[in-house]
Amino acid sequence: MTLTLRVWRQKDPSVKGGIVTYELADISPDMSFLEMLDVLNEQLILGGDDPVAFDHDCREGICGMCGVMINGQAHGPEQTTTCQLHMRSFKDGDTITIEPWRASAFPVIKDLAVDRRAFDRIIQAGGYISAPTGTAPEAHSVPVPKKDADAAFDAATCIGCGACVAACPNASSMLFTAAKVTHLGLMPQGQPERDDRVVNMVAQQDREGFGGCTNIGECSASCPKGISMETISRLNHDLLGALRAGVRPKS
Amino acid sequence: MATVTQAGQGRTPKAAKTTSVFKKAVMAVSGIIMLLYLVAHMIGNLKVFTGRENFNHYSEWIRTIGEPAVPAQTVLTIIRIVLLVAVVAHFWAAVSLWRQARRARPERYVVKKAVAQTYAARTMRWGGVIVLLFIIYHLLDLTVGAINPDGDGTPYDRLVASFSNPFITAFYVLALLLLGMHLRHGIWSATQTLGLSNRRRERTANAAAIAFSTLLIAGFLLVPFSVLFGLVD
Repeated sequence: MTLTLRVWRQKDPSVKGGIVTYELADISPDMSFLEMLDVLNEQLILGGDDPVAFDHDCREGICGMCGVMINGQAHGPEQTTTCQLHMRSFKDGDTITIEPWRASAFPVIKDLAVDRRAFDRIIQAGGYISAPTGTAPEAHSVPVPKKDADAAFDAATCIGCGACVAACPNASSMLFTAAKVTHLGLMPQGQPERDDRVVNMVAQQDREGFGGCTNIGECSASCPKGISMETISRLNHDLLGALRAGVRPKS
Repeated sequence: MATVTQAGQGRTPKAAKTTSVFKKAVMAVSGIIMLLYLVAHMIGNLKVFTGRENFNHYSEWIRTIGEPAVPAQTVLTIIRIVLLVAVVAHFWAAVSLWRQARRARPERYVVKKAVAQTYAARTMRWGGVIVLLFIIYHLLDLTVGAINPDGDGTPYDRLVASFSNPFITAFYVLALLLLGMHLRHGIWSATQTLGLSNRRRERTANAAAIAFSTLLIAGFLLVPFSVLFGLVD
């Protein structure tokens, strides 16, 4: 395959970036999108240029590092992670525009790599349970209804890649926060902090500078794990209940 | 990439005074109040088909509900205050969330493709502004009569005078269609915001939103079209 790549290049957060066009030949349709970027980078290094910085880690769709905007869609045209996207999803001669996630809460570090630590701080605000750690307890000691276990597991498949923020017209992290709130809020172990969790996590997400949710659904449609919009409804339900119960965010 | 710079740490976004979800709840509740009023308004409008006398009498009745227990216009004034508060709250929440969204993405994408959003969802904000301007025009036209072709006439005469003009009717139709789309997304959004939706109800909520707004707007459109085509004069 021969491709024209339009890649966002930005030296560091302090300078203005821009789109740079590269021509790429001999790309196999069986390559993953990241392998195609590896080929581009080899070509750039051989030519004495600075390679394109992009995040990646596991390359098997479970770590959530490799998110980039491909032709205006988070993780590209398939509902999967960028590493699991293959070049057969494109046609020979295509022009592909690659940009970093765009949100003030996700500042660009370099080129396509963004700082997603805002998500870590949302987790720190309440995405945990206060159980003593150590040996895993006997799995049957706390019964969980099958329906709740399934729904909690669906929410727990969130890998925190940030595609929801990237795809959202408001740059809202609602689907991410909602997935965490749902995942822990449906389990018996998550009950003691349920109210504090939702209030503090939403307050932190606002503090980080994410936008508000307008229930458009771009997030869920772009989520590589297909997290459902119902998690957002559950977050709202829990939050309004907690506010009525008098729970206020920690400052 | 292990080269994590610290430059991004300079920015500390302003702590949110009110949570975004609370603002959305304000939006949902005020929206529901206005929606209930619209239902009553639409049903009231249909009285135009029972003739000039009945329609004018209905208009008079609205101003005298509760008499003689309470002075004239008491109930109407209460309704107006509740609606005004709802409009202001709705507008405040919308503008505040709009600004938050703008701050959240200062740099736009070079290429952005919509995957799931409906046209209704995309036109919520500017559509809402247009609907607000329409409401102001509509009040000046038919309630106050200041810009009505037959400003001093009875409510029935004003209505006929306005809708006999195809341009005014066209503006009303456009604004009502925009309002319909606003409601289509708004009803769905309110069920989500108030935490009433789930995967099973999602389809039902969306279908109900479409059916309800279509029915409501169709009811509103009946009157101007009937005047324009001479069914009511």
